[in-house]
Amino acid sequence: MNVHLLAGPILLPLATAALQLLLGERRRGAASALGVLSCVGLLGFALALLAAVGDGTTLVYRIGGWPARFGIVLVADRLSVLMLLLTAVLALALLPGVLGRWRRPGSALQPLAQFLLMGLNGSFLTGDLFNLFVFFEVLLAASYGLALHRPGAQRISAGLHYIAINLLASLLFLVGVSLIFGVTGTLNMAALAQLVPQVPANTRALLHAGAAILGVAFLVKAAMWPLGFWLPRSYAAVPPAVAAMFAVMTKVGVYVLLRLSLLLFGAGAGAASAGFGGDWLLWGGAATVAMGVVGMLGARELGRLAGDNVLVSSGSLLGAIGVGRPAVIAGALAYLVVSTLAVAAFFLLAGLLAPREDAEEVPLLEPYDPGGLALYADEDESRPTLPAPVRLLAGGFLVAALLLAGLPPLSGFLAKFALLAPLAGAGPGATVLFALIVAAGLGTVIAMCRVGIQIFWEGEWAFPPIRAGAVTSVAILLGLCLLLTVLADAPMRYLQATAAQLHAPAAYIRAVLP
Amino acid sequence: MELVLALAIGVLGGGGVWLLLRPRTFQVIMGLSLLSYAVNLFIFCVGGLRRGADPVLRTGAALTDYADPLPQALVLTAIVIGFATTALFLVVLLASRGLTGSDHVDGKDGAP
Repeated sequence: MNVHLLAGPILLPLATAALQLLLGERRRGAASALGVLSCVGLLGFALALLAAVGDGTTLVYRIGGWPARFGIVLVADRLSVLMLLLTAVLALALLPGVLGRWRRPGSALQPLAQFLLMGLNGSFLTGDLFNLFVFFEVLLAASYGLALHRPGAQRISAGLHYIAINLLASLLFLVGVSLIFGVTGTLNMAALAQLVPQVPANTRALLHAGAAILGVAFLVKAAMWPLGFWLPRSYAAVPPAVAAMFAVMTKVGVYVLLRLSLLLFGAGAGAASAGFGGDWLLWGGAATVAMGVVGMLGARELGRLAGDNVLVSSGSLLGAIGVGRPAVIAGALAYLVVSTLAVAAFFLLAGLLAPREDAEEVPLLEPYDPGGLALYADEDESRPTLPAPVRLLAGGFLVAALLLAGLPPLSGFLAKFALLAPLAGAGPGATVLFALIVAAGLGTVIAMCRVGIQIFWEGEWAFPPIRAGAVTSVAILLGLCLLLTVLADAPMRYLQATAAQLHAPAAYIRAVLP
Repeated sequence: MELVLALAIGVLGGGGVWLLLRPRTFQVIMGLSLLSYAVNLFIFCVGGLRRGADPVLRTGAALTDYADPLPQALVLTAIVIGFATTALFLVVLLASRGLTGSDHVDGKDGAP
C-alpha cells in the first residue's frame, strides 16, 4: 500500500480548484468537466483507502519524511476513511443538480466547492491539532463564499451572523490549542494521547480547560444547544445544493469530538482524565435534540425544517459520543451516515419545492396548532390531482420523511435501531437520551405530515418548474439510503470494527509514533 | 513582563468581547480584530516568556538557549489566517451595508 495515496484527497481538490480558477469564465465547460473528474477521483481515493484500512491497519503519511513529533502527519484509519467516503459520495451525488446551474457568469462556485472538499478531507486526515485548525479555516473560508453566493438583504444578514460566529469559534479554537500546547509541548494527537496520563496534577486543570475551550469551538460547529441557534437560519438562507453539502460540515465537529474524546480522554487517560466532558456532551446532545424537535414543529419554512433536522441529527450523535460505549458509537456512526444523506436529500427537496429565487413572497407554512383543525377540517375528499413530476417529488418527500423519522422499513430505522438498542440500560443519562430520540422520531413524523399535507394535498401550493438535475441528485441520495437498507450487513460490520478501533487507541499511537 | 503581557491580553480581550456584543457591524469587526490580537499574544506567550533567547537560525548556540520556535510558527499562521478572514468579513459587512442601507448587525434598526 502506497502511503502517498493519503495526500490525494487533499491535493486533488486543491489542484482542481486552482485549474478551474485559471480556466476562468470562458471555458466553463472544461471547468465543470474538471470538477466531475475531481469528484470521481475523490471517490476512487476513498475506495482505495477503504480497501487498505479495512483490515484495521492505520496508514500514516509523514510529510517530508520527518518523524511525527517534529513534522506533519496525515493519518487514515477506519473512521477517517468512512468520513472521506461519505464526503466523496455526497459531492458526487450533488453534481447533477449543480452542474447546469453553477455555470452562470461571475460564479466562482465550482472552485469554492473544491476548496470546501479540500478542507473537509484535510480535517478528516490530519494527525495534529494545528493543521486541523488550518483545514478548518480552509473549509470555513470556502463555506463563507458559498453561503453568500446568492445576494439579498436577508441572506447577507444570515451570512454575516454565520461568519461572525465562526470567526469567534476559530479564536476559541486557537486559545484551546495554545493552552494544550502550553501544558504538553506538543500538538500531535498521538503524542498528546501518550502524554495525557503523565500530566502532573497541578497542570492537569489547565489541560482540561484547554480541551474544554477547544471542545466549545467544535460544539459551535456541531451546533450543540445553546451554541446552535445560528444554524437553522443560516442553512435556510444558502442555496439548497450548498446546504446539502453543509450537512456534512456539522459532522466535522462531531468527527473531531469523537476522535479526540476517545483518543485523549479514553479509558487509558488515567483516572483523573478518563471520560472528561462525557456528561456535558450527553446532556448537551439531549438538549439539542429537544430544541431541534421544537424548532421542527414550529418551522414555517421548508429550509428551516431541514435545518432543525440537522440539529436533531447532531444532538443524537453528540449524546451518543457522551455515552461512549463501542456498541453505541457503532450505532451512532450508522446514524451519522444515513442522516447525512437523508438531510442532504431533504435540503434539495426543499429547494425544489420552494418558489423561485425572484418570487415576491415566500409562501409560509401554517403555524403549528395542535388543538386547531384547520388542516383537517376540509372533508370533501376531492384531492387535487398532481402533475406527474410533482408526484415524483411527493414520493421523494415520503422516503426522506421515513428516513429522517427513522420509521421502518428503510435504513433510517435500521440506523436508529442500531443507535437506540445499546443505549437502553447504559445508565440513567443514556435512558433520557433514548427517550428523547424516540420522541424526536415522533416529532419528525408530525412535522413532516403537516408539511406534506399542506404542500401536496391542499392544492394551494405553487410548484416551481421541476429541475431534472436536482431531481437526479435527490434520487441518487435516496437510492443510496435504500441500498443501505438492503445491504446493511457489510457496512454495519465495518462500523462496529470502526468503533472497536476507536476504543483501542494504542494501535493508532503505535502507528504514528513507532 | 508577565504582568504587562497578561494585562495587555486581558484589556484587548475584554474590549474585544464588549465590542463584539455591540449592535453595529463596524464595532463587531473591531471587536473581532481586538480579540484576535489578544489570542495571538496569548499563543505567543504559552511557549514561555524569555528575554534575549536566540532564534533557531543561529548555529552554535546551545539547544537550551533557543527561543521555542513552534509558538512563533503558530502565531504567524494565526495572523495570516486572521487577516484573510477579517478582510473577507469586511467585504460582507460592506455588502450588507449597501443592500440594507443600515449598519445594524440584523440589517435593520430595531428598538434602541
